[in-house]
Amino acid sequence: MAFKIIASQCTSCSACEAECPNVAITEKGGTFVINPKKCTECIGYFDIPQCVAVCPVDDTCVIDKAYPRYQAAS
Amino acid sequence: MHASTPQEGASQAGAGPLVTIDAVMQQVAEHKGCGTQGGSGKASCGSAAGQGDLPTEIWEKVKNHPCYSEEAHHHYARMHVAVAPACNIQCNYCNRKYDCANESRPGVVSERLTPEQAARKVLAVASTIPQMTVLGIAGPGDPLANPAKTFKTFELISQTAPDIKLCLSTNGLALPDHVDTIARYNVDHVTITINMVDPEIGAKIYPWVFWNHQRYTGVEGARLLTERQLRGLEMLTERGILCKVNSVMIPGVNDRHLVEVNRAVKSRGAFLHNIMPLISAPEHGTVFGLTGQRGPTAQELKALQDSCEGEMNMMRHCRQCRADAVGLLGEDRSAEFTTEKVMEMEVAYDLEGRQAYQAKVEEERVAKVAAKQEELATLAGAASDITLLVAVATKGSGLINEHFGHAKEFQVYELSTAGAKFVGHRRVDLYCQGGYGDEDSLQTVIRAINDCHAVFVAKIGGCPKADLVSAGIEPVDRYAHEFIEKSAIAWFKGYLEKVAAGEVAHGPRGDAAIRQGALTAA
Ligand code: SF4
Ligand code: SF4
Ligand code: SF4
Repeated sequence: MAFKIIASQCTSCSACEAECPNVAITEKGGTFVINPKKCTECIGYFDIPQCVAVCPVDDTCVIDKAYPRYQAAS
Repeated sequence: MHASTPQEGASQAGAGPLVTIDAVMQQVAEHKGCGTQGGSGKASCGSAAGQGDLPTEIWEKVKNHPCYSEEAHHHYARMHVAVAPACNIQCNYCNRKYDCANESRPGVVSERLTPEQAARKVLAVASTIPQMTVLGIAGPGDPLANPAKTFKTFELISQTAPDIKLCLSTNGLALPDHVDTIARYNVDHVTITINMVDPEIGAKIYPWVFWNHQRYTGVEGARLLTERQLRGLEMLTERGILCKVNSVMIPGVNDRHLVEVNRAVKSRGAFLHNIMPLISAPEHGTVFGLTGQRGPTAQELKALQDSCEGEMNMMRHCRQCRADAVGLLGEDRSAEFTTEKVMEMEVAYDLEGRQAYQAKVEEERVAKVAAKQEELATLAGAASDITLLVAVATKGSGLINEHFGHAKEFQVYELSTAGAKFVGHRRVDLYCQGGYGDEDSLQTVIRAINDCHAVFVAKIGGCPKADLVSAGIEPVDRYAHEFIEKSAIAWFKGYLEKVAAGEVAHGPRGDAAIRQGALTAA
């Protein structure tokens, strides 16, 4: 799995961008997006996904089920 | 019948309706006027007209700073650049879908700038508004949650516009980590928003803080926040960096507690405390807005500010400015300086021209203070317990120079035999846009200044005049384009004479409403 950002809820505050240990988050057309190939769900870095923890809008950084679990995939 | 205003308290209870002017004139004979006196931690005019109790080196730093010196805010302008949208805490009075409620008015999405765009904007504004002397970074969000953007902006500006003072507003969570950098960039003022020193109360204001890669909630989060805020404050004042503390007054949550906050920050060296009213209209979508948490009334706010004043200087002229505000306090020229317009502007940064202009401004200020002192001298000898509030329509420069119907805010002065003291402002901008002929907008203006005995304007139409009179507020247009304080004192002298002659029965006014809404650029 990877995380994704629900664009319609994102305030474009950029808080998540600086916290991601994998530089998976970038700005795109005014909102922020997660590159699923880079996202490790923060596994190996932190106990909780940093984008989820810092985002001011609840349920905006959510699991994208389209991807297998990071550990399982690797 | 003589009735005392609430502020006068019991001392008035036995006084008869008439006081002779002679008897009335004595107490103030020794009064030397604002700025020359004020003992034991109490500045008679605070940061207002004079140095008060501020040490000289601090006074030198703040006297031309519009946000710190009440008197300077008539003459000097500031601007904010919105380069810092990210935040590391969550406040219940904030909805970041719009803007940071801490340091800017909610409801308006700011233009977010890169540090390079911000530096260009500063130059464009400084070329257009020579009295612009201060640049602040105040979110939306927390500037220290965005240290790279914040300090890059400071760096660019100190290179291109070295005379501009830099300041920074922060929630304080990340402050201890950045004190050295703040000192290195010569930031001369820092504002920290401190709403509590008791984590139990903090838990009602802050749902979470994000620190050291974790989210901390409830009392634990609030304890972390207050510890880091107070440590950051101590570290800054130890290095001689000026610190102002902002607090949001939330009735029933931290209103009484703010007296304790005042003591805590004073003892750690903060030089100015700014208690601001909670803004919590439901349409802003903040937690407090949605739970129906009310903001304070004008009287509640003033009472709390007054009760803290013995402890330290209180700031009364805060406009809770937007994170992209430009211009004099209370005016908003940000619409003239959108990124698009700034990019097209010819920018000629003329340091000498700016300095010459500012020298003229200084002359004007000196004249204004002299005029006030002169008028105050004519009041010398007057002794009266009467204290009342008046509202003033002004566009700046310390003059009564705004038409009643065009005023977006009124400045409120407290008058007593000690002189005229600025105690606050009332924004009415949203209501005036239909013009003063508009029945509803007039009522909202009256509600906003309902605690005042008179309103001073440059001009006013017949209809609003009659309505003001029937609401018990005297419209005064005979001091058009004269100095505010001088005129207010002159009017007050006449008022005392009328009370003494029995022509006017002095009575208390009601409470006034603090407007809940965003200042939108008209
Ligand atoms: S879960 Fe972690 S790795 Fe994935 S995008 Fe969020 S911060 Fe980056
Ligand atoms: S922290 Fe949340 S709101 Fe802010 S940019 Fe990231 S996803 Fe958007
Ligand atoms: S510090 Fe400012 S941006 Fe952050 S949550 Fe509080 S009010 Fe909002």
